[in-house]
Amino acid sequence: MDYQTIERSAARRAKVRKVLTYILLTFWAIIVLFPFYWMVLTSVKGYGAYNSEWIPKLYTLSPTLENYRSAFTAVPLAGYFVNTVIFTLATTALMLVVTILAAFAFSRLQFRGKDLVFTLFLSFMMIPSELVVITNFVTITNWDMRNTFMGLILPSVTSVFYIYLLKENFSQIPDELYYAAKVDGTSDLRYLRKVMIPMCKPTIITITILKIIECWNSFVWPRLITDDQSYFLVSGGIQEIRENGFGRENIPAMMAAVVVISLPLIVLFLIFRKKIMAGVARGGVKG
Amino acid sequence: MDRNNRKGWLYLLPAMAFLGAFLVYPLVDVAIYSMEEGYNFASQTYLGVGLYNYSYVLHDPYFLQALKNTFILVIITVPLSTGLALLISVGLSSIKKLRDLYQTVFFLPYVTNTLAVGLVFMILFQQTPYSDGLINRILSLFGVAPIDFISGPYWAKMLTLCVYTVWVVMPFKILILTGALASVDESYYSAARVDGSSKWRIFCRITLPMISPSVFYLVITGFIGAFKAYSDAVALFGVDLNAAGMNTIVGYIYDMLYGTSGGYPSYASAAAIVLFAIVLTITCCNLMVSKKHVHY
Repeated sequence: MDYQTIERSAARRAKVRKVLTYILLTFWAIIVLFPFYWMVLTSVKGYGAYNSEWIPKLYTLSPTLENYRSAFTAVPLAGYFVNTVIFTLATTALMLVVTILAAFAFSRLQFRGKDLVFTLFLSFMMIPSELVVITNFVTITNWDMRNTFMGLILPSVTSVFYIYLLKENFSQIPDELYYAAKVDGTSDLRYLRKVMIPMCKPTIITITILKIIECWNSFVWPRLITDDQSYFLVSGGIQEIRENGFGRENIPAMMAAVVVISLPLIVLFLIFRKKIMAGVARGGVKG
Repeated sequence: MDRNNRKGWLYLLPAMAFLGAFLVYPLVDVAIYSMEEGYNFASQTYLGVGLYNYSYVLHDPYFLQALKNTFILVIITVPLSTGLALLISVGLSSIKKLRDLYQTVFFLPYVTNTLAVGLVFMILFQQTPYSDGLINRILSLFGVAPIDFISGPYWAKMLTLCVYTVWVVMPFKILILTGALASVDESYYSAARVDGSSKWRIFCRITLPMISPSVFYLVITGFIGAFKAYSDAVALFGVDLNAAGMNTIVGYIYDMLYGTSGGYPSYASAAAIVLFAIVLTITCCNLMVSKKHVHY
């Protein structure tokens, strides 16, 4: 065993390890991507073609957009879509206003009891939503807000975690800027709008995107509070389509609806990939 | 100063109003609900105060089924997904080429609608009169007889649910672990290599202790998340989980509240508090274990 053989065998082992690593990663990538491929593939298969495939085919030679047409005509998919967009935009906008004001108060203003309230807010993060959803259901029912956008939106607005995130960011802005603005006679609200928000834009974009994802995928609360189809969001809508939409057999049309519902978030993700992943790593938890 | 005082509270007012109405008040209220016996939702009256709701829930066969399902799901998916995520993350941080691409692909399930993609899993696993489904086709290559994974035997349904749950939770775990692995100081590895330590030894003695806080964080959030499993099961088996025998604790709570079996907020509250107690106990146990094994 001279030095060269040892070096060569070490190089060989490193190579084998590298190949195995790539095989493992590719294998998992296939598992992740395959359901997406399958849903797109199934959505362009014809109804008859799909049901005559005893052995499912991995490709199709005669793609059709028929299913997408029936997804928008046979079931109110467009309605679910519009509802979700309204719900998502309104909730996110309200969340931003509430969060920015609260974060400003915690980071910039001085008042008695601030630290106590902030600690209290942080402890709220530990409250599981399952515990509060029951009373919220009763509250919204008593307020006659079932099957309204108000009923959908109001309990979904606040996220303590985002207040915390933004407060941390706001606190990094040097005090001198604030005093300079005060000397110039700038009001607090104007200072917030002209200085703090532009400076913390990255964080604000991150929490906006995370909230949009959360809203787009929310299922439990909308399902509890709406039983009128015209107020269903996409999650509830897809469930409705599955139970009694096209007929249980029309899988291709169902998959077309699934593609339409999944697409917006995937596009959003591909655009804001870095921001979303960094934001989730800082404290997003699925569910 | 006094004016500033009032202003601070004014800026906080919206947040406090929302949190108060939809978080703090419900928290108090749910405890009260769970104690009110024979609560009537329509007239909002109740017969008495006591622990009957808890005893009802704990003797309800549906709840016991949900409890069993949830525990099986937790015990299988949490170690499996954490281990698998660790393996993939270590692989991911050992390569340079295509790393960004793999990372992007692995994160995709996080941004997808659980309900929608669940339907894809359903058709992949389902056995219908028209087709055995793709998974059964693949299994038949290994000589396995076709099984209906969606409405067949209990273990098959549980397997499907576990597979889907792992698929859904992996992105978050891989993201956190690759972040943790990237933050381990390179000089530790250099020192170990100079000493001639084997790769496996380096992993066990350096990497694992260095990232143990993140692993532990994932175990805790994994336990909590798995105990709250619900929409994954709905995606695969439909809204009527009791009929499918695949209900979870959270599913039981919602079924008690709403739908054909609903109208019992007291039972739902009692079940929610039982769930909270379980999650709290498990988290405390985890914290105690971590004191011994996690290096900060």
